[in-house]
Amino acid sequence: MTTESIATTPNAPDSQGRAFYRSQVFRRQMILAALVLALFFSLCVDLALGPARYSLGEVIAALLTPDNVSQQARVILWEIRMPVALMALVVGASLSVAGAQMQTILSNPLASPFTLGISAGASFGAALGLAFGVAIIPTAIEYVVPINAFLMAMVTAFLIHALSLKRGVTVETIVLLGIAMVFIFNSLMALIQFFASQQAVAAVVFWTMGSLTKATWPKFWIALGVLATVMPLLARHGWALTAMRLGDAKAESMGVRPRSLRLEVLVLVSLLAAIAVAFVGTIGFIGLVGPHIARILLGEDQRFFLPGSALCGALILSVGSVISKIIIPGTIIPIGIITSLVGIPFFLFLVLNHKKASW
Amino acid sequence: MVTLQLNHVSARYGRHPIVQDITTPCFQGGQVVALLGPNAAGKSTLFRRILGLLKGEGEVAISGTNAERPVAYMPQETGAKAVLTVYESVLLARMQGRSLKVQAADLAQVDRALSELNISALGERDIGDLSGGQRQLVSAAQALVQEPDILMLDEPTSALDLNRQINLLGVLRRLADERNMLIMVALHDLGHALRFADAAMMLENGRLIACGPTADVITPTLLRQVYRVEARIEPCSKGRLQLIVEEAV
Repeated sequence: MTTESIATTPNAPDSQGRAFYRSQVFRRQMILAALVLALFFSLCVDLALGPARYSLGEVIAALLTPDNVSQQARVILWEIRMPVALMALVVGASLSVAGAQMQTILSNPLASPFTLGISAGASFGAALGLAFGVAIIPTAIEYVVPINAFLMAMVTAFLIHALSLKRGVTVETIVLLGIAMVFIFNSLMALIQFFASQQAVAAVVFWTMGSLTKATWPKFWIALGVLATVMPLLARHGWALTAMRLGDAKAESMGVRPRSLRLEVLVLVSLLAAIAVAFVGTIGFIGLVGPHIARILLGEDQRFFLPGSALCGALILSVGSVISKIIIPGTIIPIGIITSLVGIPFFLFLVLNHKKASW
Repeated sequence: MVTLQLNHVSARYGRHPIVQDITTPCFQGGQVVALLGPNAAGKSTLFRRILGLLKGEGEVAISGTNAERPVAYMPQETGAKAVLTVYESVLLARMQGRSLKVQAADLAQVDRALSELNISALGERDIGDLSGGQRQLVSAAQALVQEPDILMLDEPTSALDLNRQINLLGVLRRLADERNMLIMVALHDLGHALRFADAAMMLENGRLIACGPTADVITPTLLRQVYRVEARIEPCSKGRLQLIVEEAV
C-alpha cells in the first residue's frame, strides 16, 4: 500500500516541495517498518510471559522451528498462548481501524466504536446471554455470548445507518444518535443487572472489562478473516477517505461522493468493531487512541494512516497484554483495564506535547 | 475544443428551487466567463448543478473533451482541518479516482500547478498553518492539478490581497488563452470581471437575467436593478473599461 513510484527523468532536479514529499514518504515507510518490528518484539514478549516463562530466544526458536522445541513448549506457545497473543493484534488492529475511519468519515476526534454505541450494543447482547441464557439466534452454547454481542452491535450499526439515511441528517447528528444509543444500552444493561443473579452480574461486569483469555484459534481466524477482507476495501477508497478530512464540500469538488462513501465505510467498520468486541468484550480505549497516535506519527494520508492505525492499535493491545501479565505476577488483569490505565496517560502525554492541532 | 451549454437548467435544495430555467449560449474553450450576482443569487448552486452534485431539470451539455474528469471545481470552502502538507493536499486532488501508486507524472503535475500559482514555496507547509488567502491559492491549485478542460472557481479571490487577485485572474486568463480551457469564475468584483472575462452571466434570485459579452452585461441599468447601486462604466487611460460606483440606492 505504501509502495510508490519515484522514478523521474534523469537529471531532473526535484522541486523543493517534491523533495520534501519524498522524504516524508520515506520517513513514513520507516515508521511503519519500525511499528512492524515493535509489534513482532511485543508478540514475542507476550508469548514468553506466563506461568511457564521462556526466553525470547526460545520463543523465536519455537516460532521458526516448532519441531525442534520440547512438546510442552510447543503446546504452551502454539496452542495456549499464540491464539491469545495473535488475537490481541487482530482485535487491536480492528478496533483502531474502526475508530480511525469513524473519526475520518464523521470528522470527529471522539468518534470510535464506543461513540456510536456499537460497543454498548455488543455489551447488551452479551449481557442477555450471560445473565438470562438468551440466545438471539440458536447456536452452540460456547458461541451464545459472542454471537449475541455481534448481532446487537450490527443491529446498532444498521439502526444508525438507517437513521442517517433520513434527509437532513448531518455527521453531528450521527454522533448524537450514537451517544443516544450508548445511553439506551447502558440503561438496558443496568436493568439486566438489577434483575440478574449476583453471579450473573459478576459475569457481565467481567465481560465488559474485556479479556483476551476468551480467544481461541477459530475465533482468531474469524476475526483475522474479517480484518483481511475489510482492509483492502477501505484501502481502495484511500484517496477519497483522505479527501473526506478536508470537509464534504472539498471532497465533492474532488469527485468524492461523501454520503455514499460514509455509509459504506460505516458498515465496514461496524463489522470490524462488532467482531472484535464480540470475541473479547469491550476494550474501548484502542479505537479512540490508536488512530490519534497514528495521525501524530504518520499524518492523514490514508496510504500510511490506515496501516499505521492498524499497527498502532495492534501494538497498544499487545503491549497491554504484556503488562496485564506482569503487573501482578500470576494474575492476568482484564486487558480493558490495562489499556485505559497505562494507555491514557501515554496518550495525554502525546496530545499535550504535540505542537500541531489537527481538529 | 471543449464546449458547455446550459439548456433550461434548474436546481433545488429539497423543495426550494434555487436555480431556475437557465439557458446559455454555447461557451467554448479559451473563454473566461464571469458568473455574477449578489449574495444568494444561486451562483454556487449553479456550479454544483453543472458538476452533477445537484439534480434538477434541464440539460448540461458538455462536449469536445476526452478528459477523464473534464470539469474541476474550486468551492468557496478551503478545508484546512486535515493533517496534510500543501503538496500532499494538491496531490490528493490529482489522485482521486486513480490507483494508490503515485507516478512521477503526477508529482510533475503537482509541481506545475503550484508553480502556475506561484506557491511552490508553500509545498512543505501544513494546510492548517496557512492564511485564508494562501488556502485559497492552494484550493485553486487543487482544481488546476486535475488538468480539466473546464475550470469552475467559486469566488476564488475573496480572501486575496489586491496583488494576488490580479495575479490569480491573470493566471486564469492565460490558462484560457494558452491551454484552451473554459474558465467559469464567480466574482463579486465587477471591475475584475470587466478586465478579465470575455463573457458574463448575471444571476438574480436564481434566474439568469443577462448573459453575453461582459461589457453588455455589466451596465448601469442592470447594476441599479440587481445590485441597487448607481454606477458608471468608463474607459480608463489605457482603454480598459472600469467601473465607478457612485452610491448605493
